[in-house]
Amino acid sequence: MKLELIGITKRFGSLVANDSIDLVVEPGQVHSLLGENGAGKSTLMNVLYGLYDPTEGEIRVDDRPVTFKGPGDAMAAGIGMVHQHFMLVPVFTVAENVALGNEATKAGGMLNLQETRTRIRQISDQYGFDVDPDAVVEDLPVGVQQRVEIIKALVRDAEVLILDEPTAVLTPKETDELLGIMAQLKADGKSIVFISHKLREVKAVSDVITVVRRGKVVGTADPSAPTTELASLMVGRSVSLTLDKKPATPGEVTFRVRDLTVQAANGQRVVDGLSFDVAEGEILAVAGVQGNGQTELTEAIMGLQDHVTGSITLGGTELVGRSVKDIIRAGVGFVPEDRSVEGLVGTFSVAENLILNRYDDAPFAKGLSMSPAAIEKNADEKIAEYDVRTQSASAAAGTLSGGNQQKVVMAREFSRPLKLFIASQPTRGVDVGSIEFLHRRIVAERDGGTPVIIVSTELDEVLELADRIAVLYRGRLMGIVPGAVSRDVLGLMMAGMPADEALAQAHDVQGGNL
Amino acid sequence: MSTATTARDQSSPVRGTGDAGVRSWKNPIILSVVALFALLVFALGAPGNDVTFRLSEDNDPIVLPSIVVSGPVIGWIAALAMLALAVLAILRTRSGQKTPTWVLAVFAVLFLVAFLTWVVGSARTPNVALYGLLAGSVTLAVPLIFGSLSGVLCERSGVVNIAIEGQLLFGAFAAAVAASLSGSAFVGLLAAAVAGVLVSLVLAVFSIRYVVNQVIVGVVLNVLVSGLTGFLFSAVLSEDSERWNSPPRLPVIEIPLLADIPVIGPILFQQTIVGYLMYVAVAVVYVALYHSRWGLRTRAVGEHPKAADTLGVNVNRMRFVNVLLAGVVAGIGGSFFTLVAVSGFGRDMTAGQGYIALAALIFGRWNPIGAFFAALLFGFATNLSNVLSLLGTPVPDQFLRMLPYVVTVFAVAGLVGRSRAPGASGIPYIKG
Repeated sequence: MKLELIGITKRFGSLVANDSIDLVVEPGQVHSLLGENGAGKSTLMNVLYGLYDPTEGEIRVDDRPVTFKGPGDAMAAGIGMVHQHFMLVPVFTVAENVALGNEATKAGGMLNLQETRTRIRQISDQYGFDVDPDAVVEDLPVGVQQRVEIIKALVRDAEVLILDEPTAVLTPKETDELLGIMAQLKADGKSIVFISHKLREVKAVSDVITVVRRGKVVGTADPSAPTTELASLMVGRSVSLTLDKKPATPGEVTFRVRDLTVQAANGQRVVDGLSFDVAEGEILAVAGVQGNGQTELTEAIMGLQDHVTGSITLGGTELVGRSVKDIIRAGVGFVPEDRSVEGLVGTFSVAENLILNRYDDAPFAKGLSMSPAAIEKNADEKIAEYDVRTQSASAAAGTLSGGNQQKVVMAREFSRPLKLFIASQPTRGVDVGSIEFLHRRIVAERDGGTPVIIVSTELDEVLELADRIAVLYRGRLMGIVPGAVSRDVLGLMMAGMPADEALAQAHDVQGGNL
Repeated sequence: MSTATTARDQSSPVRGTGDAGVRSWKNPIILSVVALFALLVFALGAPGNDVTFRLSEDNDPIVLPSIVVSGPVIGWIAALAMLALAVLAILRTRSGQKTPTWVLAVFAVLFLVAFLTWVVGSARTPNVALYGLLAGSVTLAVPLIFGSLSGVLCERSGVVNIAIEGQLLFGAFAAAVAASLSGSAFVGLLAAAVAGVLVSLVLAVFSIRYVVNQVIVGVVLNVLVSGLTGFLFSAVLSEDSERWNSPPRLPVIEIPLLADIPVIGPILFQQTIVGYLMYVAVAVVYVALYHSRWGLRTRAVGEHPKAADTLGVNVNRMRFVNVLLAGVVAGIGGSFFTLVAVSGFGRDMTAGQGYIALAALIFGRWNPIGAFFAALLFGFATNLSNVLSLLGTPVPDQFLRMLPYVVTVFAVAGLVGRSRAPGASGIPYIKG
C-alpha cells in the first residue's frame, strides 16, 4: 500500500504543529521520521491515524484521496499505530485487548474470544512473538506489551504500521529484537513509519529518512549519511554530540548507601539490598530500563518513600527516617524525573518556582512575610545565568518549554551549596541545545567537588556523563562498571546479567569477531 | 523470548515467597479486639437460657424441626474459636505472612452466630424465625441491589453515579403516581423506569456532554429530586391522596412447589415481579459485562478510554448509553418502595438507601455478583435490627438501627482487602 501525505498543516490555535508537510511511504519500505521532541512528529501521525483533523492538506492511499473521521476509518484503510504510550487496557487479557473494537461475536453479541485467541497464536507463531493470549497485560514486560500492540494492528490487516518512539521503553536487547521484527514485517510487504529521535536506530533500519524540525520537513536523508549531518539537520545548527569533560578527580567518599531496601505497598521489594558509595567530584550514573527501582531509589534518598530499611549516610549523618526538609537542609539537591508534576508548580510563576526550596529562609522571607523584591532579584539573576527563555519572571512556569522548565528546576537546585546532587532523567524531553547546557552545568557541579548521582534510561546520556555506572535490574544492583564500558555490557546488565558475567560475555563476543 | 523476560521469569518466584512484605497489623488487631469483645459479652455475658431458631411455621407444607441451642455453650465455643483465629493471624503477621481470607470469613461467621445467639437469647422471647430473618433480608436488599447494579453500569463505563439515591426516589414517586392514576401497578413499574432514565439523562448530559464534576452533579440531582418530590408530595399528593397516592401493590407470584421448599422457598420463589426482575438483572448484567461485546467495550471505556478510542470505540456514546441503562435499573428498584414495600409515596422515603447501594457497589468490587452479596449483607443488617427491636432485646433500639451503617462503614473501610475501582471512573473523556 502506498501512502501519501500532501501539504498537511495542523494548527492548535496560534500554534502551528505541522506546516504543510509532504511525505510518501512506499510499499515495503521503512520510512523514518526523525526530529526532536516537540518537532511535530506525533501530531503528524495522529493526523494520519484519524485522531486529529488536519487543518489543511490531503491524505492519499494508493493515489486515492481519503478522509479519516476517526481511528476506525484509518484502521479500515489499513493503517495501524503503535503509540508511544501503549493503548492497552492494563486489566484486560491480551485476547480482550486485541478483540476490543474488532470483536468476533457469536449470537446475541456474545464474545467469541476463542477465535481471537487463534488469530493471536497464528500471528505470534508467524513472527516468533511468544505471546500468551490469556496473560493479563499489566503483568507482561514492556517489550511483550509492545508486541501485543503490533498484534492489534496486524489482526486488523494493517498494511502500514506507525511506530511512535517504540524504543524509548525498551532495553537494548529488546530494541534489537524489535528491529528484527520490523525487518520481518518489511519482508512481508508491510510499510513502516518509524518515529524516533535516536540517530543510531534510525540509521540502522531506515530505507528513507525524513527530518522534521519545528513542524516542517527540513530535508530527507540517506541512512548512510553521517550521524553528525543528521543531527545538525534535526537541530538546525551544528551540534557537538560529545561533551568535553575532564577525567574525574574523585575525592573523599561522603555519600554511602548500605543494604537499602524499599518496599512497595504490596510488599514487593522495588529496591532490593543496594550498597554503593559516591565520592566527592564524581558522577555515578544509575542506568537501567525504566521501572527497575530508579525512581524509588532517588525518592528513598530524598525521604519520599515509606518502608525504607538500610542506611543512607551523607558526610556521616544518617538520612533514613529524616524528613524531606531535613534532607534538603543537609545539602541534597534533587531534580525529579517528572518536572511538570514534581519539579515545578506549573501555575506558579518562574520567580516563585525558583525559591520553592528556600521560601522560608532569608532573604526571601522575614517572619511571616515574604519579600517580593528579593524573590524578583533572585529570579532575574537566575534567568540570565541559565538563559531561561521566558516572557518574564512572573510568567507561569507551566507555559515554558520542556528545556526551559528544566533549566528553572536546575537553577533552583544549584542555587545553594550542595553536598549531594541527584538528577533523575535530567534531559528527558529537552531539546538538544538545552541538553548540552544542562550537561555542562552538571559536570561543572562535579568539578566543584559535589558527589553527583544521575539516573537516566538513555544510554547515550549515561555514557556521556558517567564516571562510574551502576545498573539496576528489578531493584537489584547488577554491578558498578567504569564509565567507559561498552554498550553491549550495559545492555546485558540492563537485562539482568551481573557485571562480571556481562563483561566476560561481551569480551568473548568481541574476541569471536576478531 | 528475550533475555530480559526470561531473567524476569526466573527471578519472580524468588521474590514472591518468604518476602517479609510490608507488614500490616490491621487485621490481627481488629480480630483480637473483636475476639476479646466476644469473650466478654457473648461468652461471659451469655444468657443462661436456650435459644430457638425456627426454620418453618407449623402450617407450612414441609415442617422442619427448630434449632435449639444453649446460649453459654455457643457463646464460649464461638469466642474461643475467634480468639484462636486472632492468635493465628498474629502469628502469621509476625512471620510476615498475610492473614488468609478464610480466616476472616470463618471469623465473620462465628461472630454472626455468637451475636445472634446472644442477642436473641437476651430478648424477652428467645425465639426467632430464621427463615423470616433471611427472607426479609432479601426483600430489603431488593432496592439496594438495583441501586448497586445501576452503579455498576455507570462506574464500569467511567461515570461516577452518586445519583442512585435520586434515581430510586424519583422511581418510587413516579411509580406511585402512575400506578394510582392508571390503577395498574405494571404501569407504575414502567413509569419508574422512565423516571430513572430522566434522572440519568440529566447526569449524562452534564457529566459527559458538559464535563461537569460528576460527584457534584450527582449530589445536586439527589437534592433536586428530594426537593421536587417533597414539594409535589405536599402540594399535590397529600391534597387528594385517594387519586394521586394510593397505588395498587404488585402481586406476589408464588412458583408452585418450589415456593414450598423450607427456608429458601420463600426467599427465591415467593416474590413480586420486581423481586424476580432483580435476579434476572444481576445475571444479565454479569454475563453481559464479562462475556459480550457491549461489556468488553463498557469495561474498556471505564478503564482506559483513550485505548478504546484509538480502536474506533465511541467512548462518550458508550458512556451515555450505559448511564441511561443504569437509570432504567435504578428506577425499577425505586418502584419497590411504593409498589412492594408499602402502598404509597412518602417524603424522602428512600432514606439514604441509594448511598448504601453505592457502598455495596464498592464493597462488591464493582462486580454485579459482588454487589449482590454486599447488598444482601446490608439488607440482612437492616432486617436484623428490625426483627431484634420487635423481640425486645436489651440493646437500645437506636443502636440497633445504626447496625446497617456500622456494617457499611466497616465494609467500605477495606476490612476485606483493598478494592480497585475502574481506572477511569469519574474522569471525563475529552478527545485530543
